[in-house]
Amino acid sequence: MAEAILEVRDLHKHYPLTQGILFKKQVGAVKAVDGVDFDLAAGETLGIVGESGCGKSTVAKMLVNLERPTSGSIRYKGDDITTLSPRALKAVRRNIQMVFQDPYTSLNPRMTVGDIIGEPYEIHPEVAPKGDRRRKVQDLLDVVGLNPEYINRYPHQFSGGQRQRIGIARGLALQPEIIVADEPVSALDVSVQAQVVNLLANLQTEFSLSYVFIAHDLSIVRHISDRVGVMYLGRIVEIGSDAQIYDHPTHPYTQALLSAVPVPDPEARAHRERIILTGDVPSPANIPSGCRFRTRCWKAQERCALEVPLLAVPAVFRLTDSPAKHDSACHFAEEKQVVPPENGENGEEHEETNGTNGGDTPKSL
Amino acid sequence: MLLEVRDLHVEFHTREGVAKAVNGVNYSVDAGETLAVLGESGSGKSVTAQAVMGILDIPPGKISGGEILFQGQDLLKLKEDERRKIRGAKMAMVFQDALSSLNPVVSVGDQLGEMFQVHKGMSRKDSRAKAVELMDRVRIPAAKERVGQYPHQFSGGMRQRIMIAMALALEPELIIADEPTTALDVTVQAQVMDLLAELQRELNMGLILITHDLGVVADVADKIAVMYAGRIVEHAPVHEIYKAPAHPYTRGLLDSIPRLDQKGQELYAIKGLPPNLLAIPPGCAFNPRCPLARDRCRTEEPPLYDVTESPVPRASACHFWKECLHG
Repeated sequence: MAEAILEVRDLHKHYPLTQGILFKKQVGAVKAVDGVDFDLAAGETLGIVGESGCGKSTVAKMLVNLERPTSGSIRYKGDDITTLSPRALKAVRRNIQMVFQDPYTSLNPRMTVGDIIGEPYEIHPEVAPKGDRRRKVQDLLDVVGLNPEYINRYPHQFSGGQRQRIGIARGLALQPEIIVADEPVSALDVSVQAQVVNLLANLQTEFSLSYVFIAHDLSIVRHISDRVGVMYLGRIVEIGSDAQIYDHPTHPYTQALLSAVPVPDPEARAHRERIILTGDVPSPANIPSGCRFRTRCWKAQERCALEVPLLAVPAVFRLTDSPAKHDSACHFAEEKQVVPPENGENGEEHEETNGTNGGDTPKSL
Repeated sequence: MLLEVRDLHVEFHTREGVAKAVNGVNYSVDAGETLAVLGESGSGKSVTAQAVMGILDIPPGKISGGEILFQGQDLLKLKEDERRKIRGAKMAMVFQDALSSLNPVVSVGDQLGEMFQVHKGMSRKDSRAKAVELMDRVRIPAAKERVGQYPHQFSGGMRQRIMIAMALALEPELIIADEPTTALDVTVQAQVMDLLAELQRELNMGLILITHDLGVVADVADKIAVMYAGRIVEHAPVHEIYKAPAHPYTRGLLDSIPRLDQKGQELYAIKGLPPNLLAIPPGCAFNPRCPLARDRCRTEEPPLYDVTESPVPRASACHFWKECLHG
């Protein structure tokens, strides 16, 4: 892996739950993010997937310092941005920019497009001297595929996809190295989604950007990511290259998540094995002991309630060369192919040998 | 045929002019059958459904033509009180956003029970028992204890189950589900779609599933109607449409979604934007975005050509459907 420009270690964000009005006393905490580690290499895209409430957006906010972590560190080129002085932080922030989910609420309706995209220059005037700004903004509009003459228009004059392009242009204004994109295409129509995904991919090559791409849509994350981390209840449960995660998942949650994604191929209906999880995600204020997924896991045993599984290469795969050799936080990790492969044939075989016992006899015992 | 929509036209009178939301839609569903209506926002898929249910806002909406035959009877000719007896009892709707479709200040038990009180004249006590039964049926755990709770006390998936329970209450013959899982996470979406499909089989209901998600459609539908700018542009059995679309718009949609099982290069993107319904382009509405478009497409509106190749009828509204299907 290339040099890591962002190193996240043991990141926590707990929101206190208090009781009483005058004498507030803490009675618990919502553990939105509860121990997250990952590295982001220069020029790569790290996808983070997970269901609502898993803490993926809170991670995004901490990466751009919109939320302060309860504990843990975020190192940008060696400097921990959570402890930097305000002045040093300002310089770092220029290099880590964010693209938000909802293009309807993340643009000020009373500002023109030119003002929205140019606003970062007010805070970081060293990037573009005053007289040069208008031209810079027009360049940015051109880069994201909008007509530079639209500079004086207001957000309501644009469609959803065009607004997201404006949001992306604003993210690019300061020429950052890292862009944190939180669900950048989920509010868009299918035909427009593809345009924006392609734009993000092209910008990455053009400006050698690193992306942290956060989404709940597993298909889009696979399309754009080099590596993928799967989050559940405030933790990463499995992380690896896109092929490792999608074709050789070893964590039961990843397997369930992948098997639940509808595949646009009616022929796959018959030979797909779906894992339907029971119940809902537990409350982050009351996280189960041991493995946090055990309440919904079909493999759960006593050990899972007692011992927290660490995010590491599971012992069974440590000495192998298999693509299943990647970090997975499960005591009983085993490989299971859930996404039908393109040709379909070897997938059916695999399901019979591996799928029928449903993991009742874990290999690691 | 359970439901047949014939040449339906709906328009909205707005300050900027007349928005033609539905322009001659034909579709049909039989008992036990699932029709998926696929389209992007503004394609008219929900408006058509609202017209079928009789819950269109009139004005500004106006049904300007067509017939909606339900078990042979034209719903548009019925009086409002007759319509009311059908709505809920014989056809019911599941909405997208369960949180805003449920009344926040009435317990779910009362909301479910209301169906029985209004339509069947049951007592409060009996209807409560029925509500518990329904919640059991959509697999809400501890239904008896939770029947008095309010919508905010349930998770998103549970709320959607309550919506389904409400639609099923009177065992209707037709269910219209408008984006029933769009607001849900994938694992919960799988639970809810499974439940819906199972109940449909059990009760042999017709199901109209309105969605923009090509994955969900592939999982459950028997046939698909693809809508664009208020018209059906392609109508086909589910297996055929994914194998070989007969309309460039359908082809574009299928090519533009990233696949879980494939790591593609650049995605195909349909250029441009969906049309403004106040000014639908002349000729074929898709022509400004179509890679196959030529002069004829800009002047002559394509009819829905019969492109049937199997026992199940298939149609495409493209002058050059042969090119799209075979080339």
